[in-house]
Amino acid sequence: MITATVPVRTEVNYLNNEHGLKSWLLTGDHKRIAVMYLIVVTVFFFLGGLYAAGIRLELTTPQGDLFDSNTYNKVFTMHGILMIFFFLIPSIPATLGNFLIPLMVGAKDLAFPKINLLSLYIYAVGALFTLFALISGGVDTGWTFYTPFSSSYSNGYVLAVGLGIFINGFSSILTGLNFIVTIHRMRAPGLTWFRLPLFVWGHYATSMIMILGTPVIAVTLFLLVLERGFHIGFFDPAYGGDPVLFQHMFWFYSHPAVYIMILPSMGVISEVISTFSSKKPFGYTFIAFSSVAIAVFGFLVWGHHMFVASQSTYAGLVFSILSYIVAIPSAIKVFNWTATMYNGRVRMNTPMLYAVGFIGLFTIGGLTGLFLASMGLDVHLTDTYFVVAHFHYVMVGGAILGYLAGIHFWWPKMFGVMYPEAPSKVSAWLVFLGFNLTFFPQFILGYMGMPRRYHVYPPEFQVLNVLSSAGASILGIGFLLPAIYLTWSLKYGKPAGPNPWGATTLEWTTSSPPPPDNFAVTPIVTREAYDYSDQEVKDIG
Amino acid sequence: MEPRSFQLLPDAASSIAVQVDSLYAFFVAVSAFFSLLVAFLIIFFAVKYRYRQGFIPAGINEDGHSVGGMVLEIVWSVIPLGISMIMFAWGASIYFTEARPPADATEIFVTGKQWMWKVQHMEGAREINELHVPVNRNIRLTMTSEDAIHDFSVPAFRTKADVLPGRYTTEWFRPIKVGAYHLFCAEYCGTKHSAMGGTVYVLSEADYADWLAKGSGEGSIAEQGQALFNQLGCGNCHPNAINNYNGRAPNLAGIYHTKVVLKDGSVTRVDEAYIRESVMYPQAKLVAGYDDIMPTFQGLVSEEGMIKLIEYVKSLSPRVGSASSAPPQPVTSSATEQKTGRPAVPAGKR
Amino acid sequence: MDSHGSVAVRHHFASAEQQKDAATIGMWTFLVTEVMFFGGLFLAYFVYRQAYPAAFAAASNKTDVLIGAFNTTVLICSSLTMALAVHYASIGKKNLLVLFLILTLLLGGAFLGVKTIEYHDKWVHHEIPGAHYECDGCADAVHTSLFFSLYFGMTGLHASHMIVGFVILVMLIFQAKKGKFTPEWYTPIEMFGLYWHFVDVVWIFLFPLLYLIDRTKSGGLF
Repeated sequence: MITATVPVRTEVNYLNNEHGLKSWLLTGDHKRIAVMYLIVVTVFFFLGGLYAAGIRLELTTPQGDLFDSNTYNKVFTMHGILMIFFFLIPSIPATLGNFLIPLMVGAKDLAFPKINLLSLYIYAVGALFTLFALISGGVDTGWTFYTPFSSSYSNGYVLAVGLGIFINGFSSILTGLNFIVTIHRMRAPGLTWFRLPLFVWGHYATSMIMILGTPVIAVTLFLLVLERGFHIGFFDPAYGGDPVLFQHMFWFYSHPAVYIMILPSMGVISEVISTFSSKKPFGYTFIAFSSVAIAVFGFLVWGHHMFVASQSTYAGLVFSILSYIVAIPSAIKVFNWTATMYNGRVRMNTPMLYAVGFIGLFTIGGLTGLFLASMGLDVHLTDTYFVVAHFHYVMVGGAILGYLAGIHFWWPKMFGVMYPEAPSKVSAWLVFLGFNLTFFPQFILGYMGMPRRYHVYPPEFQVLNVLSSAGASILGIGFLLPAIYLTWSLKYGKPAGPNPWGATTLEWTTSSPPPPDNFAVTPIVTREAYDYSDQEVKDIG
Repeated sequence: MEPRSFQLLPDAASSIAVQVDSLYAFFVAVSAFFSLLVAFLIIFFAVKYRYRQGFIPAGINEDGHSVGGMVLEIVWSVIPLGISMIMFAWGASIYFTEARPPADATEIFVTGKQWMWKVQHMEGAREINELHVPVNRNIRLTMTSEDAIHDFSVPAFRTKADVLPGRYTTEWFRPIKVGAYHLFCAEYCGTKHSAMGGTVYVLSEADYADWLAKGSGEGSIAEQGQALFNQLGCGNCHPNAINNYNGRAPNLAGIYHTKVVLKDGSVTRVDEAYIRESVMYPQAKLVAGYDDIMPTFQGLVSEEGMIKLIEYVKSLSPRVGSASSAPPQPVTSSATEQKTGRPAVPAGKR
Repeated sequence: MDSHGSVAVRHHFASAEQQKDAATIGMWTFLVTEVMFFGGLFLAYFVYRQAYPAAFAAASNKTDVLIGAFNTTVLICSSLTMALAVHYASIGKKNLLVLFLILTLLLGGAFLGVKTIEYHDKWVHHEIPGAHYECDGCADAVHTSLFFSLYFGMTGLHASHMIVGFVILVMLIFQAKKGKFTPEWYTPIEMFGLYWHFVDVVWIFLFPLLYLIDRTKSGGLF
């Protein structure tokens, strides 16, 4: 898909064309906005990680000896809220997506640069509300905010956090809107839909969910705030409402939200696997359409969170079968990625290590999702640590490993320097091993019946909990290392050059870091996607 | 209960637990097969096709759009679909067993409250954070909550159900092993959520009879319900076959599990939820032919009191025990109501 | 970049046409989001109305159908004036554009004013759900209060959209007066028109759902 234009090496790039704080805070450049997002989501990731450390530390013993119950409840709630709404949902789209989509489609910027900047500030305002609640004493509802507990019984700062997430939702909506318009209308001449990188397909599907799902969680939290703040009842039976309606409205967004987290990550994996195998992705159209299928079917399965919540058995039946159907596109992706490596020229650099780690962990995450989609098993497993393990396999093993793969893969493009290979391989292994040690025991705990969100637990669960906490400490080191060596590389890393990996997508045809307008000349695409025939494959290991 | 050493499976102490465990084994086998297959292929490809200077594998341009590629795509879409449909059907069939209590089940009432479980047995015995049940008998729990949502979870029985405020949910099981098992609240409900648990004791028939005999001394739930019925003055308007018909409110004798015609012409079934709603929000579903003169008893009747009242009303319809075979009771015939605009009453009282 | 007359093409677009396409797709996408936003409330409405038809009918009869009908007329008229404003923008009649934008503004303002009076009435009659809610002669107070929760949730969200539209309209009027819009480039007017019509359409659904339940059974409209 390389263009006829010759990449122009320029000294001026998006990082050095303007100076001063104002040039960053008022920028319309999608690349600078992406970098600012990278910084804030990293802060929230480590903040959420601190809370995770608190949880794992507390659970090394069956008694509640580190925190009292109230504090523990706030700790796991804040862990969930920070990680989901302020890290996982914006992570890949707002950083890598923002940075790469215009580059990948050969545009100078996203369609609406000011709206892009606005979305960052909306995120910041939402984050401030949440941080306010956190500093004032936190919130103890769980990230799910189930009514009537959240609206009538909780003793936390539900209003501030509810508003924070409500506001943050608009940031997500505007990002999705910008992506959809950009992908529809800003593609370079010759860049047809089926020449688009799979990363772009993944983000297109993600944007559909952001547009259609996010407003529903926004209005749900709006109603929750009205009920809690003004006693304008909607969900509490004491006001005549129905608490299960809240769950329906909540999961209508929050199940698809899982796909907001995983689809961009799958896009990253498609790019990484193809590049490091120097081979066209096997089944390009299947991977592309499976993203869209996941986005569409993902909206029809929310009821599988409510098999024991007094939902009708027949509704459960429909939600169960649809949940199995939504699993098929994911299976198709996994098989296609694996087949891409077949007959390739496979290099195991750090992004590829993360990518194959992703495939393994996501496979387990997806398969254990089938357990929970099975009504008969779900009755036993729901609300236990099995669920906790399952969604961490998808969100950490899937979304975060994909995020790390992407950060390493595009680090040379974003900052023009290579990350150091040796420590990054070590951290990739630490993350993989630490992760499995943390979360695999939780599957067993779940089947044993240990409920989630438990501060104190029966002593027979201790062995597995200690294993899990031990794994978490390894995982923590695995996450800290990249923060250190990536920062180090900004100053000491080797210059990267425009295309260190021998990749084929458009962003690699411009200089690293890219110039402010991305391309010296608007690229004209004359070749099919992922054409490696003239890429020089070299060992960079 | 003694803390046990390390285990991979919880006790299987109910009839359904055995079925759930088989299903689980099937899922684990399928998952292990596919996880190991993918892991093996990735490692194998990573080694076999590792980058070597100047080496270009044959078939490098295979991208899945050839005939062979299409066959592969179809194979790895259809096989997982087939397997997942087996998973779905097996899981759904177990769920339908779990969701439908047998007609002969012994009923026990559970009220969840931050942060304790209150249990009432039909015979009058009451307990807190404990549940005593006889072995080899079907047990149905009818549950409600006084505040937030809770969830009555017994891992050894492989069953749980949410317990919601403002409505009744049910859960059933057939214990097959005498012993003591964990009871957990599985739906997060606030500060002491993790302490809202206790023990389920499965007793032999004889031990259970002994245990019941130690009951509360307040009579059965229905008797307690009758006392409450009188205390609240319900009988001033509601005939209950003991007092006389006075035309102000529907006759409660035999009304349970019949259908009544409402003011707006629709028909509703008299079940626990309807009785509860009629006490809390009397005007919400008014029976045709009556004025809305009944005051609300919201705040005057606790959830446990409500259970007693319902049990009393049910006791006025003698054949409820075998609900499936119970014919419509003669007292409230919808056809008559519609014609006359008034409920049917026993002829002698007209 | 002034090769297209007065059209201001931002630097990252290749052409004015691309820029306008982007704006149009963006606006429609935004409206899809808005539909889902209101959709949550409509869902809640349908669930509860299905569950408590009698209470909803009783509560609906407490709304002032005359005021509701008046406001409906006002909004439909404002959609007409807005459509005319877009038309005159497209043929470059600046004065008529300004005139119809101002008429739209006045009608929007009238709607909000009437709504304020209506809310005040509800306040006076203790019809706002919460601690002070009262419902004279209501059989089923808790569920009529649920109706009013939805009434305020839905009309409140709608009114907040009206207020946002009102503010944007004021800005557009100033820009139109300065002659910023030409037949070649009046995208903001056109996009705002889409938004305004959307807000109108929402009200056209709200009016029958909230004001007109069972009016005939309860003995006439008024």
